[in-house]
Amino acid sequence: MGDMIKGNEAIAEAAIRAGARFYAGYPITPSTEIMEYVAYRMEQVGGAFVQAESEIAGVNMVIGAASCGVRSFTASSGPGMSLKQEGMTTMADENLPVVVINMVRYGNGIGTLLTAQCDYLRETRGGGNGDYRCIVLCPDSIQEAVDLVTLAFDLAEKYRMVCLIMSEGALGQMMEPCELPPMQEAKKYSWGFDGKYTNKLIGIFDRDSMKEAEELNDRYNRVKENEQRWEDNYLEDADYVFVSFGLPGRSTIGAVEQLRKEGHKVGFIRPITVWPFPEKAFEKINPNVKGFITIEANATGQMVDDVALTAKKKFERNVPVFCNPHVYGVPAMKTIKEDYYKVTAGEMKEVY
Amino acid sequence: MERVLTKPNRCKQCSLCVDSCPTKSISFSEELNESGYNYTIINHETCTACGICYTVCPDGVYEVLGDK
Amino acid sequence: MAKSRKFPESIDRPMGFCPGCGHGVVIRLIAECLEELGQDKNVIYGIGVGCSSLLGGGLETDRRHCSHGRAGAVCTGMKRVNPDNIVISYQGDGDAYSIGLAETTAAAYRNENFTTFIVNNVNYGMTGGQMSNTTLPGQVTTTSPRGRNCDVTGYPLKFPELVANQFNAAYAARGCITTPAQINKTKKYIKNALEAQMNKEGYSVVEILSTCPTNWGMSATESKVKLEKDIIQYFPLGEFKMREVK
Repeated sequence: MGDMIKGNEAIAEAAIRAGARFYAGYPITPSTEIMEYVAYRMEQVGGAFVQAESEIAGVNMVIGAASCGVRSFTASSGPGMSLKQEGMTTMADENLPVVVINMVRYGNGIGTLLTAQCDYLRETRGGGNGDYRCIVLCPDSIQEAVDLVTLAFDLAEKYRMVCLIMSEGALGQMMEPCELPPMQEAKKYSWGFDGKYTNKLIGIFDRDSMKEAEELNDRYNRVKENEQRWEDNYLEDADYVFVSFGLPGRSTIGAVEQLRKEGHKVGFIRPITVWPFPEKAFEKINPNVKGFITIEANATGQMVDDVALTAKKKFERNVPVFCNPHVYGVPAMKTIKEDYYKVTAGEMKEVY
Repeated sequence: MERVLTKPNRCKQCSLCVDSCPTKSISFSEELNESGYNYTIINHETCTACGICYTVCPDGVYEVLGDK
Repeated sequence: MAKSRKFPESIDRPMGFCPGCGHGVVIRLIAECLEELGQDKNVIYGIGVGCSSLLGGGLETDRRHCSHGRAGAVCTGMKRVNPDNIVISYQGDGDAYSIGLAETTAAAYRNENFTTFIVNNVNYGMTGGQMSNTTLPGQVTTTSPRGRNCDVTGYPLKFPELVANQFNAAYAARGCITTPAQINKTKKYIKNALEAQMNKEGYSVVEILSTCPTNWGMSATESKVKLEKDIIQYFPLGEFKMREVK
C-alpha cells in the first residue's frame, strides 16, 4: 500500500515517470495542481515546462514538442478543454501521440467548480472538426488514474493517437494511498523532427484523402477490437445492469453489492475505456435482462446513448435503458439504489 | 556564351526580371510552358551575368554560372 | 567572372505562389542564409496558414503546418525540446498579427530562442484580400470596401518596433523586397536573425514587406512601386533592436 497522495499530483508524477518530458498548459480549476506540480518536477528530470499564455497556446506548444518525438502532455478542465479542440483534431491529423488530461467540472460555458461527468459525448465523439477519435480512459481511483496515465502514453505510442484521461474534479482533489510506478527512461520517437529531414513528409497537395480515410478506419477498428477495458460483475443472472464510470462507477459498485444483499439480481459494468466503448462486456449479460440503468453526473444523460446503441447491437429485442441524470457530484449509494427502486416500480420512464 | 541558365517551366510571366534587367536582355518567348505562361528567354549577347534576374525572381527560374 | 547563384536545394521545386509574389524571394533568402550558415540540414519550420501554407507544396525540410496563428506556440514547443535545431516560424501578417497576435507576441515576450519571419503584404492574401491589422488607412480591401477607417479598426500594427521597445529580445528588423539593393539588405537582416538564434541570444524577428499583385490588383512591377510609394512610410525599414556585441 503506497503513501497518501493527492489525485492531481499523482497523475502528474505518473506522467513524469512514464517518461513525459514536455508540458505546456494554463491554470484552471480543478486541474491546476497538475501544472504546478510539473512546474518544479519537470526541471528535476531535465524536461521542459512552459506556462503558456492560454490553453490554445498550451496545446500548440505540446503539438510542437510531440512533433519532435518527445512524450508530451497537458491538462485542463471545462472551458479550457473547449479551447483545445482545434489542437485535438490537429494532433489526430498529424498522428501525434499526446496525452491530454481532463479533470471534468460541471456546466456549460464558464460553468461551475463542481465535479461532474458532463464532457462524455464531446470526448468520445471529438469536439474538433472532422471525424477523428481519441482513446478515452476513465479512472475510478487515484491508483487506477496512475496506472491509466502510464497506459495512456503506451497506447498513444502504439496507435499514434491522442489518449485522453477523462477524470473528475473530485478525483484530482482527493487523497488516497497509491503505489507509483518506477521511473521510465525518457526516449525520443524515431519519427520525430530532427532538423535533418530524416523522415520525409507528404506535400500538402499530395495527400490522398481516400487512402487516409481507409487507414483511419482500419486503425480505429483495431483499437476497438483490442483495447476495450472495463470491470464487471454479476452479469450472468442480472435482471438489471448498471453502467457507470469514474467515481460514480465506484459508488455504483457499492450500491450493487448492497442491492445484491437485499436479494435483487443486479449487475454492473464499469467502463474503463469509454472510447472504445466496452461492447464486449455486454456479451455475458443474462439474455433475459430487463433493463440497463446508467448512473452519470451530468444534466442530460450522455453515456446512456452508448449503452442504448450497444444494447441494440447485442440484443434482438428492445431492452429499455434508463437514466436519471444526477447532474454533478458523486451520487451516494443510497441515491443509486433509489434509482433502481424507481425503475422496478415503474416510476421512471426509459430513455430508450 | 551562356552564363545564365533558365528553367522555363518555373516561369510565371510576372515580368519582374524583364523590368529589372539593366541591359534589357530578357524577353518573353512566343511559346508557352507547361503552366501556360510565356516564359523568359535571355539574349546571351547582351547579358552580363550580373545576377539581378536571379535576385528578383520569386520562382527559381535562373541559375547564374560563375565563381562561388 | 560572375558570382554563381543557384536556387537552394531545400526549395528548388515549383511553388504555388502567385506570379510576382514576394514569398518566393523571402523563402529563397532564408534558404540561402541557412546554406551559407551551414544550417540547411538542421532546420525545422513552423508554417502559418495563408499564403505561407503554399510552402508545404515544395519545401523539403522538417516542417509543421501550424493551426492558424499558432506558429509562435508550436515553435516554442519545438525549440524547447530540440534546442540545437534551427527553428523558424514563417507566417503572414494575418496569421501572425490578427488571429495569432497572442502567440506571436508571447513568444517574443518570453524571448524564445527561435526566429520569426513575417511576410507583410497589408492584406489577408490567401482568402482573397480582406483587411489585415497592417492594412493602411484608407486602403480598399474586400472587408473595408470604402477604405479602412482606422479610428474604428485600429492603425497599422508595428510589431518589430513593439518587440524592440517593450520586450527583452535579441534582434528585430524590417526589410522589403522591392529593389535588388533592398533584397540584399533584407538578406543581411535574415542572416543576423538566424545567427542570433545559433548563438542562443534569444528571440529574433524580421518582418518583410512584400507585394501582393493579385489582391492589390496590379502587375508585379506596379506593386513594387506601390510598396515604395505608399507602404514604407507606415512601416519604416531597418534594424530596431541590434544584436548585442558580447
